Amino acid sequence: MVERVRTRIAALVLAAVTALALAGCGDVEDGDASAGAERGGRTLTVFAAASLTETFTSLGEAFEAAHPGVTVRFGFGGSSTLAQQIVQGAPADVFAAASTATMKTVADRGAASGQPRIFARNRLVIAVAKDAAGKVTSLRDLAGRDLKVVLCAEQAPCGDAAGKALRAGGVRVEPVSREKDVKAVLTKVRMGEADAGLVYRTDVRAASGQVTGVEFPESAEAGNDYPIAVLAEAPQPELAREFVRLVLSGQGRTVLAQAGFEAP
Amino acid sequence: MRAPAGGASPERGFGRRPPWMLVLPALVGLGFLVLPPAGLLLRAPWSTLGTRLADPRVLEALRLSLLTATAATGVCLVLGVPLAWVLARVPFPGARLVRALVTVPLVLPPVVGGVALLLVLGRRGLVGQWLDAAFGVTLPFTTAGVVLAQTFVAMPFLVISVEGALRAADLRYEEAAATLGATRWTVFRRVTLPLVAPGVLAGAVLCWARALGEFGATITFAGSFPGRTETMPLAVYLALETDPEAAVVLSLVLLAVSVLVLTALRDRWLDVA
Repeated sequence: MVERVRTRIAALVLAAVTALALAGCGDVEDGDASAGAERGGRTLTVFAAASLTETFTSLGEAFEAAHPGVTVRFGFGGSSTLAQQIVQGAPADVFAAASTATMKTVADRGAASGQPRIFARNRLVIAVAKDAAGKVTSLRDLAGRDLKVVLCAEQAPCGDAAGKALRAGGVRVEPVSREKDVKAVLTKVRMGEADAGLVYRTDVRAASGQVTGVEFPESAEAGNDYPIAVLAEAPQPELAREFVRLVLSGQGRTVLAQAGFEAP
Repeated sequence: MRAPAGGASPERGFGRRPPWMLVLPALVGLGFLVLPPAGLLLRAPWSTLGTRLADPRVLEALRLSLLTATAATGVCLVLGVPLAWVLARVPFPGARLVRALVTVPLVLPPVVGGVALLLVLGRRGLVGQWLDAAFGVTLPFTTAGVVLAQTFVAMPFLVISVEGALRAADLRYEEAAATLGATRWTVFRRVTLPLVAPGVLAGAVLCWARALGEFGATITFAGSFPGRTETMPLAVYLALETDPEAAVVLSLVLLAVSVLVLTALRDRWLDVA
């Protein structure tokens, strides 16, 4: 009995340690946010597509530097997941999606304030794992039987774009998996579980050297437009408009171009 | 066996009102557990239910879920019951640590479990690369991978439940069998196992239910492909992205099947005990 109690305590301690370790990063952010609030600071919440993780994080830092007392919090994820959350009433100020179709689901429900603006274009490239380097040089090579290819789920913008590109090239691919978003595809290739996958050019840049990017002409048929909008229920509409202006500004263009985005 | 000990108390409490300090939180707890599934029923698109259920992808995902959860429960039984027996009956140094380690998958977020599985059993994993080189076997993206992911998250439920049953069981029966000349293996098979059968069954049911609902470790380790690795929870998640109504229908199917199986098992189990 005593032993069982001790086991439980051990399990609880483990649970607590795990929870703390996982909450670690979040705690720091919350700490900042509450400290900001004490000084009368404000928090801007931006929901953005997973492929914008790196660029928007650095734009967020620039925004905070230009607006003392303001904290920018990001929710990065699959565009359609974020769109669902916004429609269900998530308290976000700005939404940046990886496809116009996804933005439309938000705008159609009246959740966007004003017309969404296109701020960038992304292109698909083939991400090739280190071990498979050289095996893939064109879209056609993805049809190879002994090659493990992962794609995005058809529901995700990247899956939709992949479908268009493959149709344009007349290539039939049998993927081993259809992942939930583009970062999941990249992870599978990065870890070497898959030999190749279709991701955005910006994702390959972000994976700095861990995967090789192979450009292919058919990607012209499958570009993604990235729209951004201030949300109708934004708790901080002023800051939200300013953030959108920053993204559309020359500074925003530069950061986006460095990451591999094309101007719209 | 336990009847004489518990027999007196129901009589003593009979006729008295249960204290509100227990009844009130019990009702709140019940409501909290029952309302969300009830919400699924209320919001279900009943008019289009028939056509949505006829979608071959739904049946495919359901078949895969039932198959993998059952296989995972089988693996858990084969490995977990002996593990529970060793933990309960064989004293060894560090037993307490081992017992804590067994419960790690319980507290680990399933996605982390999936990453851990990739690092060990993935194509470039510690064990996985050897499996690939020696036998040409790779586990990620396969149905076997789904079973592995489910086994990883579900086995602790079985081990804890069986170990508890073993500790509660009366050791004198095993001792009697041993004095009559039975080997330890025979004792386990003929005395211990029948004695803890209800505990094993309860553990197996928990294990199956956990495997059926498994999402995080599966999508991380096995990926998602219809008919091969896309189980019901994965299908629900993907459907939620574009077609929330379809996600509700899929959830209802999963709910109905699990409730059906669990009540059937429960009735059976109660008959036995």
